[in-house]
Amino acid sequence: MDFNLSKKHLLARSLFRQFAEKEAKPLAQETDETEIFPKSTVEKMAKNGFLGIPVPREYGGQGCDPLTYVMCVEELAKACAATAVIVSAHTSLCIDPILTYGSEAQKQKYIPDLASGKKLGAFGLTEAGAGTDAQGQQTKAVLDGDHWVINGSKCFITNGKEADVYVIIAVTGTVEKHGKKLKEISAFLVEKGTPGFSFGTKEKKMGIRGSSTYELIFTDCRIPKENLLGIQGKGFQIAMHTLDGGRIGIAAQALGIAEGAFDSTVKYVKERKQFGRSIGQFQNTQFQLADMATRIEAARLLVYKAAMAKATQKNYSVEAAMAKLYAAEAAMDVTTKAVQLHGGYGYIREYEVERMMRDAKITEIYEGTSEVQRMVISGNILK
Amino acid sequence: MKIVVCIKQVPDTKNGVKFKPDGTLDRGAMASVMNPDDKAGLEAALRLKDLHGGEVTVVTMGLPKAEEVLREALAMGADQAILITDRVLGGADTWATSSTLAGAVRNLEYDLIITGRQAIDGDTAQVGPQLSEHLGIPVISYAQKIRVEGDCVIAERQFEDRYHVLKAKLPCLITALSELNEPRYMTPGGIFDAFDADITVWGRGDLKDVADTDIGLKGSPTQIAKASDKVKKGTGDMINGTPVESAAFIVEKLKERHVI
Repeated sequence: MDFNLSKKHLLARSLFRQFAEKEAKPLAQETDETEIFPKSTVEKMAKNGFLGIPVPREYGGQGCDPLTYVMCVEELAKACAATAVIVSAHTSLCIDPILTYGSEAQKQKYIPDLASGKKLGAFGLTEAGAGTDAQGQQTKAVLDGDHWVINGSKCFITNGKEADVYVIIAVTGTVEKHGKKLKEISAFLVEKGTPGFSFGTKEKKMGIRGSSTYELIFTDCRIPKENLLGIQGKGFQIAMHTLDGGRIGIAAQALGIAEGAFDSTVKYVKERKQFGRSIGQFQNTQFQLADMATRIEAARLLVYKAAMAKATQKNYSVEAAMAKLYAAEAAMDVTTKAVQLHGGYGYIREYEVERMMRDAKITEIYEGTSEVQRMVISGNILK
Repeated sequence: MKIVVCIKQVPDTKNGVKFKPDGTLDRGAMASVMNPDDKAGLEAALRLKDLHGGEVTVVTMGLPKAEEVLREALAMGADQAILITDRVLGGADTWATSSTLAGAVRNLEYDLIITGRQAIDGDTAQVGPQLSEHLGIPVISYAQKIRVEGDCVIAERQFEDRYHVLKAKLPCLITALSELNEPRYMTPGGIFDAFDADITVWGRGDLKDVADTDIGLKGSPTQIAKASDKVKKGTGDMINGTPVESAAFIVEKLKERHVI
């Protein structure tokens, strides 16, 4: 067992770090303040291949492994968590299910433009009454001749208004299972500009404020029959499998936020003087830093392990759930400690740890709350 | 168009310079990077390739570890990479380095050679012009702009308060300034390809028409007596306000640091 990164991965990390420092970090505060989607950074990421990292070359991607992709999200999140989630939602929630479940024609049609960043992707599962309980879906898709007609709405959709291609989960009927009537759920590909597809309100959020979070509204939205993604009735499995991958991306985002806050704090405690010496010389500070560093290291090992599992295993739900659960809670803990160690300055918007603490919270909630991760992990233990 | 770019792995001075007790650089204690002027030279070569087609070959002389900057160059878009490494080449000054590079480049076909103006660890700016002298080709140093027209290269040569526009017939050598351009990023896929690529490794035996008296420590007329760090200066903040605003800013800073 080797815990060291290969030279190839080290060079990739240096690329992502350099990019994040130079392109994402200078805009992070402004992006948060103005809540404006960082379009210019996304364009630069597209130009440099960051929007198709784990996509095979045959579909115009970079042909890298999940670990490289995860390190990209991590390094971006160190500088700007909003920028990181744009890449994560695009790659894990839109490209990945098309690559995994799409027909060859769908892959040829959608993947090259998504991998090159010419188009941005999003994923719509959550509804007002169906978050963690995905069976509570109300959005319906009805087959009418050569078209599916979608009606309903999705909320809290990352990359909402900025995306071009959407993976949408909808109810296509009912099925009987063990004597119970269950909703039949399917997945679809919907393009921006399709008549009947519009956007609702933009969400005003606590953190990741530069990320475009919108409601998607479908009113008699007709999409071609061939836009069904995968097999009819397998939408729930597609959504759950997609979220397994997505959780590794969010875990990497959480890890990056924690690392960013930690780096800021180390710098600050060396500079800040109280009682005639730097606060880093106090044992309380030292012990806090030790705990923060240890949690970050543990989170990193889980996140990287989950990324490796995605590369080599068919099922990586537990690894992904553990990585997300631990990294998200580590991010919340580390950023809270970072603000505390900054004292009054940590509560001021001028200092990035204030933003990072707000950004960290969402990692415990989206793509499956920490409670859902615990359900996934314990469900596997007690099965 | 065949372009050879000479690059060097240098210590990253971003986090300060570290010395051994004998006054020489402690390279092992510092991270390494591609020399900034060389990176600009590589970018210039890649842009010429984008425009005119052709092939970019990167060459470096150094320890086996210098392979790292060659992989980085490949990940940026260079087509092939050559590492010149041999114990007998160690301790080279600019003369021995340029003699060695000339011995390597004589094995290659080229229309244009680009080197960085100078390396941030030695700051001599001699290797490029010396290399052109060894090869008997014209040199344009301190290039801030480069373009190729027909069989000529036209470059702006930077001076303190002006620039000269110089034209030279190919093949020729250009030394590049970091102001020349903003080097591109590597791509993730480019990095994966770079690690699949073979790097050509040459030793003393592969150098063409180079005398033993012109290489390594023995072939180096320059001896370093002592090296020392510059006195560090803080980066400082630039204030562009009125005198009153500027004074208020300073007072605020002094208060922040509990000086007043």
